[in-house]
Amino acid sequence: MKILIVDDFSTMRRIIKNLLRELGFNNTMEADDGSTALPMLKGGGFDFLITDWNMPNMEGIALLKAVRADPALKSLPVLMVTAEAKRDQIVEAAQAGVNGYIVKPFTAETLKEKIDKIFERLDAQG
Amino acid sequence: MDNDEERLSLQLELARRLVERLEAGDPGGADEIIRQLRLPYERELFDELGKLTRDLHEALNSFRGDSRLIELTRDEIPDAKERLNYVVSMTEQATHRTLNALDESMPIAESLHERSATLHEQWNRFRNRELSVDEFRELARELDDFLTRSGQETERLKSLMSEILMAQDYQDLTGQIIRRVIRLVQEVEENLVGLIRLSSARMDLPKAAKPAADESASPETRGHGPIVPNTQDAVAEVVTSQDDVDALLSSLGF
Repeated sequence: MKILIVDDFSTMRRIIKNLLRELGFNNTMEADDGSTALPMLKGGGFDFLITDWNMPNMEGIALLKAVRADPALKSLPVLMVTAEAKRDQIVEAAQAGVNGYIVKPFTAETLKEKIDKIFERLDAQG
Repeated sequence: MDNDEERLSLQLELARRLVERLEAGDPGGADEIIRQLRLPYERELFDELGKLTRDLHEALNSFRGDSRLIELTRDEIPDAKERLNYVVSMTEQATHRTLNALDESMPIAESLHERSATLHEQWNRFRNRELSVDEFRELARELDDFLTRSGQETERLKSLMSEILMAQDYQDLTGQIIRRVIRLVQEVEENLVGLIRLSSARMDLPKAAKPAADESASPETRGHGPIVPNTQDAVAEVVTSQDDVDALLSSLGF
C-alpha cells in the first residue's frame, strides 16, 4: 500500500507519516502542494492519497478534481485532512468525489477510523 | 500692467497715509492702513489654501470610493488581532500539552531505569551463585512484578509520545493563521502606499489595490485556514467537530 501525503506544512506531513506507520503503513511519500503531487500521482504506483486543502499554487480541492478527471487516477481513494471547516467546502469536496474528510485538529483514532471505513467501503464495492 | 500700476499707486497712497497717521500719533488709523496693505496678499493665500483643500477633499473622496480600505480597517484589522491572540493561545496549549506529557513520562522512564538496574545487579549475583534460596525467591518475585509493570508502563510511555506527536499539529494550524495575517498586512501596505501617493501629489487616481488572494478561484474553493473564534470566520456556516463533518457527509449519502 503506497500512500501520498500532501500538505504544505512539513510538520503535519511528519505527523501523518508517523500515524500511518503506527497503523502499519510504511510505504509513504510526501508532496508540499497539489502541483508537485499531481505529477507524482501520474507517475503511478499510489494506492491512496491524503491531502490538505489550503496550500499554495494548487490547493487540495483542485488536486482532488484533477485526480477525478484523470482516467488513470479517477478511482484513487482520497482522504482530505484539513482545517477547512465551512459546510460549503465539505459539500464541495463531497461533490468532487472525496472518500473521507477529516477536520484538523484530529486524533490518531479518527485517522484510523476513516482509513478503515474507506477501505471497507471499497472492498464492499468489490 | 495697468493693474500692477494701479496696485502700486494704491500702495504708495496707502503708505503716505500710513506715515501721516503715524506722525499724527494715531495708532488706530495706522493699524487700519496696515490691514488694507496686507489685504491683497491674504486673498492670494486664501485662494491657494482653498485650492489645496479642494484637492485634498477630492483625493479623499476618490479614495473612499475604494471601500476595501474601509473593510480592512473596520473588519479585518480587529480580526487580525483576534487571530494572532488565538495563535498565542494555541501555541500555549500545545506547549502545555507537550510538557504535561513529558512531566508524566520522565518519572516512568526513571523508575524503569532504576528498577532494571537493581534487577540487573541481583541477576549478576545470581549468576555468580551468590544468592541464597530465599534471596532467589525474592528476585523471582521482583522480576515477575517488573515484567508485568514494565509492559504497562512502556505502553503508557508510547501513548504519551503519541500525545507529544499530536500536539505538534499547532505548527500547521497556527502557520495557516499567521500566513493569512501576513497577506492582510501586505494588502494594508499596498492600500496605504496608494493613499500616500494620492496625498503627496495630484497624481493619477490609485489603481484599486489588488487583493492578495488568488481571485481566479471561487470563494468557497479557496482555502481559508482554521476557523478563529470571535472573527468573521464564525459568521459563515462552519462545522465545529469531526462529528459535525460526519453528520453532514452522511446526510449527503456518505
